[in-house]
Amino acid sequence: MSEPVIEAKGLTKRYGDAKAVDGVSFSIARGEIFGLLGPNGAGKTTTILMMLGLSDISDGTVRVLGHDPMREPFSVKRRVGYLPDAVGFYDNLTALVNLRYTARLIGIPVEERDARIVESLQRVGLGDVADKRVGTFSRGMRQRLGLAEILMKKAEIAILDEPTTGLDPQASAELLEMIRSLKRDGVTILLSSHLLDRVQSVCDRVALFQSGHIALMGTVGELGREVLGGGYAVDVEADGEGLKAKLGAVPGVRSVQDAGPGKFRLLAESDVRAETAAAVVNGGGRLYRISVEEPSLDVIYNRYFQGKSAHGGLRDAA
Amino acid sequence: MRREGSPWHGLGVVFLKELSDHLTSVRMRVLEWLVVLTAVAAVYAAIQQIKDVSAEDPFLFLRLFTVSREPLPSFVSFLAFLVPLMAIGLGFDAINGEHNRRTLSRILSQPIYRDALLFGKFLAGLATLAISLIALWLLVIGLGLLMIGVPPQGEEMARSLIFLLVTIAYGGVWLALAMLFSVVFRSAASAALVTLGLWLFLTAIWPALAPAIAQGVLPADDPAVPLIGAQMLARLSPSTLFGEIVLALLNPTTRALGPIYLSQLQGAIPGAPLPFSESVMIAWPQIVGLIAGTIVLFVIGYITFQRQEVRA
Repeated sequence: MSEPVIEAKGLTKRYGDAKAVDGVSFSIARGEIFGLLGPNGAGKTTTILMMLGLSDISDGTVRVLGHDPMREPFSVKRRVGYLPDAVGFYDNLTALVNLRYTARLIGIPVEERDARIVESLQRVGLGDVADKRVGTFSRGMRQRLGLAEILMKKAEIAILDEPTTGLDPQASAELLEMIRSLKRDGVTILLSSHLLDRVQSVCDRVALFQSGHIALMGTVGELGREVLGGGYAVDVEADGEGLKAKLGAVPGVRSVQDAGPGKFRLLAESDVRAETAAAVVNGGGRLYRISVEEPSLDVIYNRYFQGKSAHGGLRDAA
Repeated sequence: MRREGSPWHGLGVVFLKELSDHLTSVRMRVLEWLVVLTAVAAVYAAIQQIKDVSAEDPFLFLRLFTVSREPLPSFVSFLAFLVPLMAIGLGFDAINGEHNRRTLSRILSQPIYRDALLFGKFLAGLATLAISLIALWLLVIGLGLLMIGVPPQGEEMARSLIFLLVTIAYGGVWLALAMLFSVVFRSAASAALVTLGLWLFLTAIWPALAPAIAQGVLPADDPAVPLIGAQMLARLSPSTLFGEIVLALLNPTTRALGPIYLSQLQGAIPGAPLPFSESVMIAWPQIVGLIAGTIVLFVIGYITFQRQEVRA
């Protein structure tokens, strides 16, 4: 991890007596993809707006690239790209003209303007429709146009609010691939979503929001260990004498369950496929198949809040 | 706490974008044609009337604006009616339109302040009004030259020029009002209806209501008190102010805009025109009132907008 580019400490937003965001602290390192996950209304968007200086901060502090978004909004907004939830554009204008307007607001020099716009439109696959009115665009195309705006801005941090919501599986897969390519350019990405499994694959670290608090934070593997007791499930098909005991003795394995004749399911703290295979073969058994299932955020989330809801009756994950 | 950067950063960009939107929008084109056609019809009728009844009149050219011929009202009455309509048409969806298109948070995440967005939109609306009204004014002057054949005097030009500026300021009041409601109401339809309702109330109902209120509230020992009170109340409406300014500017014989005692008329020559500067002096409080009203309404809208949450 390198130096943090976003650092929030005890960030709080009050509306009257209600707290939309309550003492949230996190820090995001340069080049990381950080996911803010949780159900609608958990405080994700409010947190994002406070980071951009678009909403007043009731309490706590946030530093974006070392700047206070309330006092130095320009220093923050010049270097941060924001793709709002269900982003909108001026429908009567073309994609090119829409981006030109933003480019002039950002203050991109005239001589670079059109080249940068065309390049970013091509990168998100909208090069052919640059001169079409945005009114004719599908939702996926609008989201991609929003990404093109961030590319054009050459932002160091991209904040994406619910980027895949409402997209069909193919469009959202394409969008996630573009987000990965942003990361390869060295852009730090903060993305929020209530679709846990879909964004799980791109996030380096995640924070699970619940009612304005961060309930859990870390890599998916860490959360799996913390909540499920063993983050990885390894399925083994093999036969041999006393195999179950041998599998249980593999370091890192927490438990072994029978999953049918000659089939076992191991819950482990890490990916123990190699060790398991060695244990089977060295024990004189025959190994037919071995596979690992990474912990799913959905499972982690549900399990965590089921445990909680026994006491507090919290809402289920979206 | 001092903010970084200038609040006007990006103002020009917003202004040009909004102006080009206004000038190309279908809504504006319809309104412009409505204004031009009705106004030209009114002026044409006025010219016919002048030709028929014209006697020696030192301010023949100004009659273009004020004379009416049945069944059409005069040019200024048309403007008093249509300019607010046009201004409201320009402003009623300024901010809530951005909300509903979900463009507001995206635009405000760029390095500009809300100040620049709101003020840029206001200036663009005012510029659109100004362009239309200047074109209309030139059209009327040209039509007058062609059809009456008498060149206007310098004083007539000065009076009609001030009248043009006052008409733009009058549009500014309604534009600021429409933009205020576009900030307050999230739905563009509600904003348009409320603004139009308020406009109808202030233009048609309030002038009739003001004397009734004054008579009910003020002591009637001196008959002048309710009369003056009624006029003060009526002047809360921009339409009343505009009407009074037009009267003072375009009818040079106007000596006062309120009730005056007979003693005050002593030594006055009835029917003698006042010099240009005196007419402007008579209308000056009303002119300042219109501009102040615009500023006050804009500031209320500005404060409301600054405090508003941007999330949809």
